Amino acid sequence: MDLILDGIIEAFRLIVTGDPEVMDITLLSLRISGSATLISTCIGVSAGTAVALTRFPGRRFLISVINTGMGLPPVVVGLFVTIFIWRSGPLGSLGLLYTPAAMVVAQTVIAAPIITGVTLAAMQRLPGKLRLQILALGATRRQMVWLLMKEARLPLLTAVMAGFGGVISEIGASIMVGGNIRGYTRVLTTATVMETGRGNFAVAIALGVILLILAFTVNYILTAIQQGRGR
Amino acid sequence: MFTRRSIAVLLIGFVFACMGWAGLRAAGKDIILATTTSTQDTGLLDELVPVFEKKTGFRVKTIAVGSGMAMAMGERGEADVLLVHSPDAEERFVKSGFGVNRLPVMHNDFVIIGPANDPAGIRTVKKAGEAFRKIAESKSLFISRGDKSGTHVKELKLWKEAGIHPEKQTWYQQTGLGMGQTIAVANEKYGYTISDRASYLSLKGKIDLVLLLEGDRSLLNKYHVIQVNPKKFPGVNAPGAKAFSNFLVAPLTQKMIESFGAKQYGEVLFFPDARK
Repeated sequence: MDLILDGIIEAFRLIVTGDPEVMDITLLSLRISGSATLISTCIGVSAGTAVALTRFPGRRFLISVINTGMGLPPVVVGLFVTIFIWRSGPLGSLGLLYTPAAMVVAQTVIAAPIITGVTLAAMQRLPGKLRLQILALGATRRQMVWLLMKEARLPLLTAVMAGFGGVISEIGASIMVGGNIRGYTRVLTTATVMETGRGNFAVAIALGVILLILAFTVNYILTAIQQGRGR
Repeated sequence: MFTRRSIAVLLIGFVFACMGWAGLRAAGKDIILATTTSTQDTGLLDELVPVFEKKTGFRVKTIAVGSGMAMAMGERGEADVLLVHSPDAEERFVKSGFGVNRLPVMHNDFVIIGPANDPAGIRTVKKAGEAFRKIAESKSLFISRGDKSGTHVKELKLWKEAGIHPEKQTWYQQTGLGMGQTIAVANEKYGYTISDRASYLSLKGKIDLVLLLEGDRSLLNKYHVIQVNPKKFPGVNAPGAKAFSNFLVAPLTQKMIESFGAKQYGEVLFFPDARK
């Protein structure tokens, strides 16, 4: 119990004194997972909407694939991304391994199916007649899609939160493709593992607390947007 | 439609930003150093690397894995330079043409730690092999790294020399984790384990396990720097690897290595080896 208390005290000390290394690590976590969530949102919302609104052979199979993708183990993603981008891999010439960009790629692979899946479910839950009604009012197809997205914005924001939550807390892929390099690819989760290995349990707990605060803040903002406009 | 276009613009912007991010430190300036967990977990590299970076302008990407994994990366040309402690495997690595210019950097020793009540009774034993035999005979819990790291390889060698096959025994458990985490597991389960002295010292104040055996010559732990062979892998950063290797064995660095432990742990963690 002492340890947890020490950790929480340490967390506040690090935050209040604005420890530069911890601040950098926190900002990097936010930048990487934020970028990945943003890219995943673009991919996921368009893909989810497209699959929800169209009918084609193999659709059920595709939806099963997406739903499976929602549970992709991060380590497996990390392994595959590593194999693709290491020097001897097909994309080796880009020199992406052990860079923040590689972490964004891996986290996008993790978050995109989550956002696609939730979007898909949200769009399918809209009443079918709504589409006809919008089209009957003279909307173009693009306008119709836009209106449907607006209609589903509550669950869509949930999709974004789920995606962000999935990647900010993820460790397996980040440590594999990022390498936990100090001042470059060290994020909150990988730093926590390292501090645990070093026996700095209080610092590890502190980093965990900061991670929770960060996740809470981002989700609070998203929830405010969701609930505020959703009224 | 404007919003969607702006999202697209944002997306493209982000992708480019990421590329630039990666490109900023692109080829030539980056060195991938594959090393063991002990050099990172003790904080030694945090001390040495910034000095090297400032001096040479290279950027070191330290990937802390076990020695086995580090050499596996070297065998694929995925690392430029290795700092490892698994002598037999290192010799094979160099002999197979994967590495060149293997130089001694520093040494310390392995220690056997375990619960204070010492159920196997190894406290009075002087030889590591005998201690392992006693642990096996009393079927006391032993926690192994199990990750082909330098420490694990050393441990397996000691079992072999003692004529014991611990795998599949109920008292023998493998974590597959780094040294720090493995000590933590042993600590929770009151098991014995073997650790490099540096990792043990960095955790000493936080664990209940005590040092039970040290000083046996077979417990010597040597660290070498090896450059990955640029003739075999044209992609490796040969100048960077050479610069880092030279840096590690330079007199000034060797002095830093020697004084490193005293500052943080009150005793020498790594003894420099490059001075002749």
